[in-house]
Amino acid sequence: MKGWIFLFVILALFPLVGGEYYINLASQIFIFAVFAASINLLLGYGGLPTLGHAAYLGVAAYLSALVALKLGMGHLAAAPAALVGTTLMAAAFGLIALRATGLGFLMLTLALSQVLWGTALRWVSMTDGDNGLRGLARPAPFGISLDGAAAFYYFSFIITVIAIAFMARFVASPFGAALKGTRDQARRMSALGHDVWLIRWLTFIYAGFWGGVSGLLFVYYHKYIHPVSLSLANSAEGLLAVIAGGSGTLAGPLVGAAIVMLLKNYVSGYVERWNMLLGFVFVVIVVFMPEGVVPGVQRLWRRYISKA
Amino acid sequence: MAALHIQSLKKAFGGLPAINDVSLTVEAGERRLIIGPNGAGKTTLFNLVAGDLRGDSGRIFLFDQEITRKATHRRVHLGLARTYQIITLFPKDTLEHNIMLSLLGLSQRRWNAFGGSSGEFVQEAKQVLARVGLEHLAQRPVSEVAYGEKRRLEIAMALAQKPRVLLLDEPLAGLSREERGSVKQLIAGIPRETTVVMIEHDMDTALDMAERITVLHYGRVIVEGTRAEVVADPKTREVYLGH
Repeated sequence: MKGWIFLFVILALFPLVGGEYYINLASQIFIFAVFAASINLLLGYGGLPTLGHAAYLGVAAYLSALVALKLGMGHLAAAPAALVGTTLMAAAFGLIALRATGLGFLMLTLALSQVLWGTALRWVSMTDGDNGLRGLARPAPFGISLDGAAAFYYFSFIITVIAIAFMARFVASPFGAALKGTRDQARRMSALGHDVWLIRWLTFIYAGFWGGVSGLLFVYYHKYIHPVSLSLANSAEGLLAVIAGGSGTLAGPLVGAAIVMLLKNYVSGYVERWNMLLGFVFVVIVVFMPEGVVPGVQRLWRRYISKA
Repeated sequence: MAALHIQSLKKAFGGLPAINDVSLTVEAGERRLIIGPNGAGKTTLFNLVAGDLRGDSGRIFLFDQEITRKATHRRVHLGLARTYQIITLFPKDTLEHNIMLSLLGLSQRRWNAFGGSSGEFVQEAKQVLARVGLEHLAQRPVSEVAYGEKRRLEIAMALAQKPRVLLLDEPLAGLSREERGSVKQLIAGIPRETTVVMIEHDMDTALDMAERITVLHYGRVIVEGTRAEVVADPKTREVYLGH
C-alpha cells in the first residue's frame, strides 16, 4: 500500500516538473494502462488469453466519435452511449468466445475483433475507412477545458486511478476469489457449486467495460480514431504489456504499459526500428523473468535481501 | 427414501461401454462401498453422478429429484459433494483459502464483486480445518503439505458444505498405514445426515467401512448386498482372484 501511495504522490506532482512532451507521454501510458489492466482481468485472473481486446477500446472510441459527428450530440450523451454499447457488445461477444477456453478462446476473440477491424476499414460511409474520423473535441467536464497537456494529464490520471481501484476491488472480492479458482482448477470449482461459465462471462463483460473506458480516454487524447486501434496489433500490444509486466498482479499491467509506451513513443524517436527493440526487450523479459517484470523484480529483491 | 437412485445408466467412450446399464439405489444415511478392479467404471460412474460427464441414456435421481441433465454446480446446490481420486486442490493457495472456496460455493456472497473480501469465511474455515486436524496448517500453501494432509483437505472441502450425499473417490489411495487410519476415522465420524458412497479398488482396506457393497465389473453391477453376502458370493472372488 505504501508503494501505491508513493506512486500516487509522484504522479500527482509530475506535471509540475515534467515538460509537455513527457506529460503527454504519461497520459498515453495511463490510457494504455487501463487497457492492459482490463486485459489482465481475463488473462491474469481468469486464465483466459484474449487476442481481441482492442475491439472494446476501438468500438468505444468509434461510438463516441460517431455519436458526436453523425448525431451532433455532446459528450454527456456520447460517453454513456459508447460505454453502454461497448458493454453490451462484450456481453454478446462473451457468449460466442466463451464457448471455448485456452487457444479456442484466443482464436474466437481474435476472429471477432478482426470482423470489427474489417468493418471499420471498409464501411467508408460511416467510418471514413482508412482516413479515420477527424474533427473530434475533448470533453470539458464542469467547464474545465482539457485541451492543455496538464489538464488532460490530470483527467486521465483520475480516471485511471478510479479504474484501477475498481478492478483491484473486483479481484479482491469473493467473486474475484472464485474467478481465480476457475483459472486454477475449473473442474473443482464447479464441483464446489460455482457456476464457472457465468463467472467467466461476467468477468468478460466487466473487462469489456473497462476496455471501453480506455477507448474513451484514447479518443479524447488523440481527437482522432483510425481502424488501427481495432487491429490485432493493438490487441497484441496490450496482451504483451500484461505478460511483460506480470499477469495476475495489480501493478504488472501498469509497468507493462509503461514499458510498451516508452519504447513505442520515446525510444522510437532515436531508434528507427523500435519494433525490433520492443521484440528484443520482450525476449529479455521472458528469458530472465518469465513471470513478468513485477513478480520478477520482487523475486530478485527478496533474493538480494536474504543475501545481504 | 433413496438418497441416490440410478436407473439403467449407460455411458460409452468411442463405442467402448464404460458404464453398461447400471442401476443402483443408495438409501439415505447409508454407507455404500463400490468396489471393482481397475477399469471397472467406478470413477466414470462418479463423474456421471457428479455431472462431469453426461450419460448416453438412463436417469439419475438425488432424493427423488431428477438430476440427469443438471449442470455440475446445480447438483452441488442440491446437496451433492465429491472428492477426487487424483487430488484436485488449489495448490498455490493456503488450506484455509481452499476451504473458503468450498464455503463460498454454496453462499450467495460468491456473487459479491465489490463489497466484502475473500477473507470472510476465515472463522468457519478454521473450524472445518480443526475438525480434520489440520488447523495448525491453515496458513500454509497446499503445495507445502504432505500427501496424507492433502487427502484430508480433499475430504474437508467436501464436508465443509454439509452435503446430503458425499461421493468419495478412493480416499485411501496412496496413503501410508497411519494416514489410512486417520482418514478412516475421519470418514467414520461423518454424521448420518450425510449419505456416503465410496469407491475403493482394494477390497481389504475398505470392507469394514460400509454396510452395503456393490461390485462393479466391466461397467456392470455383478454383485450387491451386505458385506457377508458380497464376500461369500463366488462372483466376487472370480473378479478379484480371476478364477
